[in-house]
Amino acid sequence: MRHLLSAADLDAKEAMRVLDTAAELATLTDRSVKKLPTLRGRTVVNLFFEDSTRTRISFEIAAKRLSADVINFAAKGSSVSKGESLKDTALTLEAMGADAVVIRHPASGAPHRLANAGWIHGSVVNAGDGTHEHPTQALLDAYTLRERLRQGSGDLDGLRVTIVGDVLHSRVARSNVLLLSTLGADVTLVAPPTLLPTGVETWPCTFTYDIDSVLPTSDAVMMLRVQGERMQAAYFPSAREYSRRYGLDRERMGRLPEHAIVMHPGPMNRGMEISADVADDDRSVMVDQVTNGVSVRMAVLYLMLGGSTEGAA
Amino acid sequence: MSGLVLTGVRPLGGDPVDIVMAGDRIVDIVGAGQGSGNGAGSQVLDGTGLVALPGLVDLHTHLREPGREDAETVATGARAAALGGFTAVFAMANTDPVADTAGVVEQVWRLGRESGLVDVHPVGAVTVGLAGSHLAELGAMATSAAQVRVFSDDGKCVWDAALMRRALEYVKAFDGVIAQHAQEPRLTEGAQMNEGVLSGVLGLTGWPAVAEESIIARDVLLAHHVGSRLHVCHVSTAGSVDIIRWAKARGIDVTAEVTPHHLLLTEELVRSYDPVYKVNPPLRRAEDVEALREGLADGTIDIVATDHAPHAHEDKDCEWGAASFGMLGLQTALSVVIDTMVNSGRMDWAAVADRMSVAPARIGRATRHGGSLQGGSIANITLVDPTQMWTVQPTELASKSRNTPYAGMQLPGRVVHVVKDGRPTVIDGAVVLDSAVAGSRS
Repeated sequence: MRHLLSAADLDAKEAMRVLDTAAELATLTDRSVKKLPTLRGRTVVNLFFEDSTRTRISFEIAAKRLSADVINFAAKGSSVSKGESLKDTALTLEAMGADAVVIRHPASGAPHRLANAGWIHGSVVNAGDGTHEHPTQALLDAYTLRERLRQGSGDLDGLRVTIVGDVLHSRVARSNVLLLSTLGADVTLVAPPTLLPTGVETWPCTFTYDIDSVLPTSDAVMMLRVQGERMQAAYFPSAREYSRRYGLDRERMGRLPEHAIVMHPGPMNRGMEISADVADDDRSVMVDQVTNGVSVRMAVLYLMLGGSTEGAA
Repeated sequence: MSGLVLTGVRPLGGDPVDIVMAGDRIVDIVGAGQGSGNGAGSQVLDGTGLVALPGLVDLHTHLREPGREDAETVATGARAAALGGFTAVFAMANTDPVADTAGVVEQVWRLGRESGLVDVHPVGAVTVGLAGSHLAELGAMATSAAQVRVFSDDGKCVWDAALMRRALEYVKAFDGVIAQHAQEPRLTEGAQMNEGVLSGVLGLTGWPAVAEESIIARDVLLAHHVGSRLHVCHVSTAGSVDIIRWAKARGIDVTAEVTPHHLLLTEELVRSYDPVYKVNPPLRRAEDVEALREGLADGTIDIVATDHAPHAHEDKDCEWGAASFGMLGLQTALSVVIDTMVNSGRMDWAAVADRMSVAPARIGRATRHGGSLQGGSIANITLVDPTQMWTVQPTELASKSRNTPYAGMQLPGRVVHVVKDGRPTVIDGAVVLDSAVAGSRS
């Protein structure tokens, strides 16, 4: 694995390798000394053009547990807002000898540019780019699904996963549709028609506008964060109406099969896409998702940088 | 009186002849080998086997001066134009300051005269500052030394229907035309690429075809209602071609242009997230490309116009979302047309001459251009070797900018000689500097 820019970069075998590696590395967490020497002397830069404390910290812990040197580079603004340009930032990181750059950026495709424009030689991990993708989120979701519903092994063949919310603007949804379908899951998207992307009928999943019709046959339901400001652009009339038609409350949760789990990439809008009692219910696995995020990010960095002595230099 | 003879050339791809010129006129067309004796002291250019076209006319060029001289100047743009086979270009109004007064259009016109390589016809803004709220002084620009006949807010759409109606009406007084950049602004807020399956996958905000087509539909109906002529800039969708075809069948006085890049490239290139492919209107689907080629061949689309849009390096050497829209086009336009339209058998050379010289000159009222290659016509002639292949090297282009989407591509057709007003501006693929009226500024 040279870069991880899209969940589509991973075929089933590679994705399984990441999940299996993550499972092995997860055993570290139970030890008193939670550290491996694997990436000693390697430098991982967390380059965040958007605030995302949880993702940044997750990558930071992952890299530190592998003994890498971690630099957090919170770039204020992008070239759009007249800050330092992506290119100049990249050249700076290159000059400082970054082996891997974990990038979060508001512009879709920014990690592709970073990886392919010839500015740097290190590996690039997409930690969320605009409304495009967030592949490590999909990996941690796949890991969580496997752990909760498949006893932690094998693929996700036949697993019915329902993803609900603002698919149009969601990098989490895009990466999950790609990765989960690669692993054999049957993914269904649920959203008002305004929040489904053009061409969604060509995606490797099905979609519906009616959440209640799919809950009884869902093994897992993933609620996406919906930003209130979307209603300014007429994607839906009001937060209340959205919540009534697409929010997951206790009554709706009751339509799920007994074994089904509730997921959310965070941060949650309690009372919007998910009610507080559902968020705090035993069937909600958000805390597991966060824990697993560290493991899969360790696995990604390990496979990317630890595989050979030359690595991505 | 200075003389010039082009020997062995094939007018519109026909039988070889010699073209004999004196002053700014063609004086005679004679059999090949018979012209070089005419008029002792005449300059003779060997054009054996080259296809002769009337000098090309680009109705849609961004020369960036005044305001962004780091990206292009009138002088560098004129060089690129001459090397691309053009003898006249229309310079779009979205400069800084905007070309919305007689003063600015006269400045651009004068800079073009100084270049000496092409006639630069300034396009005047329709509205003050391209802001879309008040008509600019269209009449003052029309009666200025620049004699503006084409008005456009290109880059922005004249979105207000009432304002568009008044503009269409008003320019009738001086035989002007409104060239509309058809883009419904509310449907394209934050738009980054063609809206479709691919935009959904790439997570880039879509620029839907309906945003272009709905404005064109409105405008042809407005033009019909007020009896004015309308020109549609850079048509990019199959639906737009259908609407224009319908309008022409109804007798509506509408003309339309297509860019070379929309004739050749598709949105698939956006997968790279390389901003060199970021352009407005965006690259569309293969079906759209096919419809545009068909429309150009059958005359629904009247002309090819480059939308040559130079951008400073830093405005393209960045992430997609931060990059500027636009591509270079002047030096590759004829090659792309040969590749897509001539070599595919869809158009003959007479049609190329019509779409790239005669029709754009007529639409823009550039009366010294787009003439026939016959005795008495003004001697604006482009000679091209249609068989020669060349590889596009961004650093070898004359433009100040490098944002060509064709870098590394092999294209057919090399412009060999260009004659403007009876004097060579390009000989053997190189600009002739001493042809400039006031010397080259570059």
